[in-house]
Amino acid sequence: MTQLRYLRGVTTLALDEEKCIGCGLCITVCPHAVFSMNGGKRIQIDDRDACMECGACALNCPAEALTVDAGVGCAAAVINSILGRSDGACCCSIEPDDASSGKKRPTCC
Amino acid sequence: MDQSFVTGVIETPRGDVPQVSSSLVWSDRWGTIKARSGINRTHYAVDPGLYALRSPDAESPVLVTANYKLSLDSLRSALPGRDAWILVLDTKGINVWCAAGKGTFGTAELASRIQSSGVGQIVSHRRIILPQLAAPGVAAHVIKKLSGFTVHYGPIRASDLSEYLDRGLEATPAMRLKTFSFAERAVLIPIELVQALRSALIVALAVLLLSGLGGPGAYTDNMATYGIFFTVALLSGVFAGAVLTPLLLPYIPGRAFALKGLILGLIAAALLLFFRNPDMTRWADRLEALAWLSLVPAVAAYLAMNFTGASTYTSLSGVKKEMRWALPLEITAGAAGCLLWLGSRFIV
Repeated sequence: MTQLRYLRGVTTLALDEEKCIGCGLCITVCPHAVFSMNGGKRIQIDDRDACMECGACALNCPAEALTVDAGVGCAAAVINSILGRSDGACCCSIEPDDASSGKKRPTCC
Repeated sequence: MDQSFVTGVIETPRGDVPQVSSSLVWSDRWGTIKARSGINRTHYAVDPGLYALRSPDAESPVLVTANYKLSLDSLRSALPGRDAWILVLDTKGINVWCAAGKGTFGTAELASRIQSSGVGQIVSHRRIILPQLAAPGVAAHVIKKLSGFTVHYGPIRASDLSEYLDRGLEATPAMRLKTFSFAERAVLIPIELVQALRSALIVALAVLLLSGLGGPGAYTDNMATYGIFFTVALLSGVFAGAVLTPLLLPYIPGRAFALKGLILGLIAAALLLFFRNPDMTRWADRLEALAWLSLVPAVAAYLAMNFTGASTYTSLSGVKKEMRWALPLEITAGAAGCLLWLGSRFIV
């Protein structure tokens, strides 16, 4: 099935092919099939624009071959961080401290 | 916390472990409906720790999930007739994917929960199965080093878990793709709608009280003619942005969510004008028409933009790029719409 696509050419995903050991864990964890094996030795980026910068690949790469500025694509969180509310990391999560101070804004996810 | 879903305990070398069933009862379903509607949603949590699904033994699989009640419910209800250990992490009552993005469903919490639960003394194997969407928070190779357990990333959807277990912990490519189907989008609408309506209600009340003062007739006549229509216009913007945009997401032109909302907002405004049928020779009607053409698309675009947070494929870089043009446009058009409406009522 064809995936829904977001904006073109914005992802910060980068692969250092020299470091890749071909374990394929990035292929396992990627929820949008961005990677595939390149001849069995290394991985390649097939579908860069499908990347949503969740950071799963980079965190699980034992060789540190993948990097990405991981974050949650959530406009409400960006607005909250501009306004200095909560920590802006993800609007869907609120700290217990915030709940008591009335700063909760569980909008997404 | 309310642990009424626990049906009993089973004895283990590490003491009694609470037992749960794979069938949901009416109180579980009612809780789901409430959480989906935003009622007490942020406190819908269960106690972290180890649970037994039916009657697991030392060979049974260990499944990890978040301490959001909906996460636990979708996991256990997907495994009818199976025995398993369920290790619930303390994610502050947040679902797996969001908690992983935040880091609370993370390497440190998983390693310490493996330790504190004593699951290593209860099972004879060293495999733990995590939802694939936990991967933004958990480094599998670090867990192996810290706990000796090998992380297996299971399927994205709990409904595929049975097949994944039967295939010997192998997922098909389809199990690894995060979709955003019509049903998956529809279920997110109530929470967005309830939040938008809260703000819209306050604005509508203020406008209704104000609208009686502007216009040719008596207070209540003005309110009925102009105030009610403002409320209708506002609600149509909310409906276009928070209901229609999510439902029709793949079919609306453009990639930016704000653009999709803007398009539906303009269509909604055009429909409103068609039914309002303004007398375009009068200045008051001209200003009012312009007000709807600004205000309704602004509301729809803003709410559509906020749906990025609920979607399953938007990146932070993309959202920031979209917001650079969308947010100023929404604020300007929204403010202009309000001023135009006030002008049509009180100045011309």
